[in-house]
Amino acid sequence: MYVAVKGGERAIEAAHEWLAEERRGDTALPELSVAQIREQMALAVNRVMAEGSLYDPDLAALAIKQARGDLIEAVFLIRAYRTTLPRFGGSEPVDTGAMLPDRRISATFKDVPGGQILGPTFDYTHRLLDFKLMAEGEAPVARRAEPRGEPCPHVLALLDRDGLMEPQTPGEAVPPDLTREPLEMPAGRPLRLQALTRGDEGFVLSMAYSTQRGYGRTHAFVGELRIGRVPVEMEIPELGFAVEIGAVELTECETVNQFTGSKSEPPQFTRGYGLVFGQSERKAISMSLVDRALRWEELGEENSGAPAQDAEFVLYHCDNIQATGFLEHIKLPHYVDFQSELELIRRLRAEALGQREAAQ
Amino acid sequence: MTDQAYNFAYLDEQTKRMIRRAILKGIAVPGYQVPFASREMPMPYGWGTGGVQVTAACLTPEDVLKVIDQGADDTTNAVSIRAFFARTAGVATTEATAQASVIQTRHRIPEAPLTEGQILVYQVPIPEPLRFLEPRESETRRMHALEDYGLMHVKLYEDIARHGEIATAYAYPVKVEGRYVMDPSPIPKFDNPKLGGMAAIQLFGAGREQRIYALPPYTRVVSLDFEDHPFVASKADHACDLCGSEVSYLDEVITDDRGSRMFCCSDTDYCAGRRDAGHRGRLSPEEVA
Repeated sequence: MYVAVKGGERAIEAAHEWLAEERRGDTALPELSVAQIREQMALAVNRVMAEGSLYDPDLAALAIKQARGDLIEAVFLIRAYRTTLPRFGGSEPVDTGAMLPDRRISATFKDVPGGQILGPTFDYTHRLLDFKLMAEGEAPVARRAEPRGEPCPHVLALLDRDGLMEPQTPGEAVPPDLTREPLEMPAGRPLRLQALTRGDEGFVLSMAYSTQRGYGRTHAFVGELRIGRVPVEMEIPELGFAVEIGAVELTECETVNQFTGSKSEPPQFTRGYGLVFGQSERKAISMSLVDRALRWEELGEENSGAPAQDAEFVLYHCDNIQATGFLEHIKLPHYVDFQSELELIRRLRAEALGQREAAQ
Repeated sequence: MTDQAYNFAYLDEQTKRMIRRAILKGIAVPGYQVPFASREMPMPYGWGTGGVQVTAACLTPEDVLKVIDQGADDTTNAVSIRAFFARTAGVATTEATAQASVIQTRHRIPEAPLTEGQILVYQVPIPEPLRFLEPRESETRRMHALEDYGLMHVKLYEDIARHGEIATAYAYPVKVEGRYVMDPSPIPKFDNPKLGGMAAIQLFGAGREQRIYALPPYTRVVSLDFEDHPFVASKADHACDLCGSEVSYLDEVITDDRGSRMFCCSDTDYCAGRRDAGHRGRLSPEEVA
């Protein structure tokens, strides 16, 4: 006798208990603290903050711990928390030009005012497993130097003066907010940039990579990549002026793209822009390439039909929380739909087989 | 017990107001997909976040909530969503269709006719009936605006030319009040006739796709078809093996590895009610024993 599956509630509770136990792992080993994750898994924390659209390293570290290191799950925890937070208002635009960078490089000029600063980068490490890290060792200490103390103006602004760079036109005073209004097409550049900066790093990377390999090629150079903290200011209505409410670490990438001109624009260099929370340079560079590819229409370029030029394709599919939800939901029960398909296929087969027999 | 850390029914009042505006607009323009600023919910997209947001915006403390998935109250996700609202809104819950004031559903319409004053909330994965014919949102919105549904009719015609019938078994498209073509969510086409003229309010929420649409009570809803190939609401050609009903939608259950199977009502409340009233099916315990 078949009995319909009952006891879903008990099964769910038991699954949650099992999950919690698995998360902790072997209790003979010390438990990871949130502070340890924040300090020693900083790039994972950065990714969770960027894709979660919430700048809070402690909460991002907590989410990583709770998610057993599944970063998309951690992003989801942060997003679900973020949506419950009250909205006090908007900050002033941050001034990335005034940033004191930890890292700042330009691939287009050998030297730039303010200097090239390599900073804490993997770029020239040899990717050899460091087995010393398997043992607990002493904390490494980097050498120190006096800061140069020079201003670090944006590299692309230097090109601006010669008229070789497309002029930067100020956009709408208050950009729309992707998290408060539905994404509707066609989306302007502020909305596109918002979607990209919280988009899945892997997706944005692959989209950018595809433009480099010829699908909507835009010939990008990294004009400048800078990483550092910037103060965040907010105007307080009661005071009538802006006060600093904190600081965020940002990665900003500006690409310079060759552009031979179109009917509406003269030959000049054009821009792609990436701005991401934390030290997230792969994401920032990817974002700037995809941003540039998506600008084909405003620049009067040809649409070559490349995926990275298709704003609907990129923007509707770059969010990993939406993507993973819809993808994974197919493991939920679908037996009602499947039953209706079963009947349809049986009926169509019966008709098709009947016709074949009749023909013989 | 209500979880005091969150607002009633989880969402803040501003968000609920925004969703209610979208619902009212949807009711005013039946079948039209209203964009709304869907929020991230504490369950994943695809698990019914659209339905959950619509339910949250409709619930009052006096409401009695029923949640079904595949017609059943005891499927894991139905259990989970019911528990979510019991916890965040403290509302009474029920499995009895007639006693519920709000019913959230995935993939089914209850067998028992709904009544005035009830609200049926559907979870919708892809709200756009034209999506698989035209992937671009900008283009499908234009098609709806111009009532340009030729592509859909061509698709249905091609089905008939190829298969002898319209090869859509669920999420079968309907036309609402002679105007908008609408996706009824992935309900089996067996349920389509219940959409039209229903006494209850029907609300459709698609969280990931950020759309809400609605059918006010007693709306004219017609499943798309052709005069010479009329719509047929089909189901498995069996009676329920537990309650003997010959008119309910059935799940097919494989009972061993030798091809044995049984059929039982997908609507668990309907089936249990009939068994309580003394109806028996082929595999009812009394006859097996």
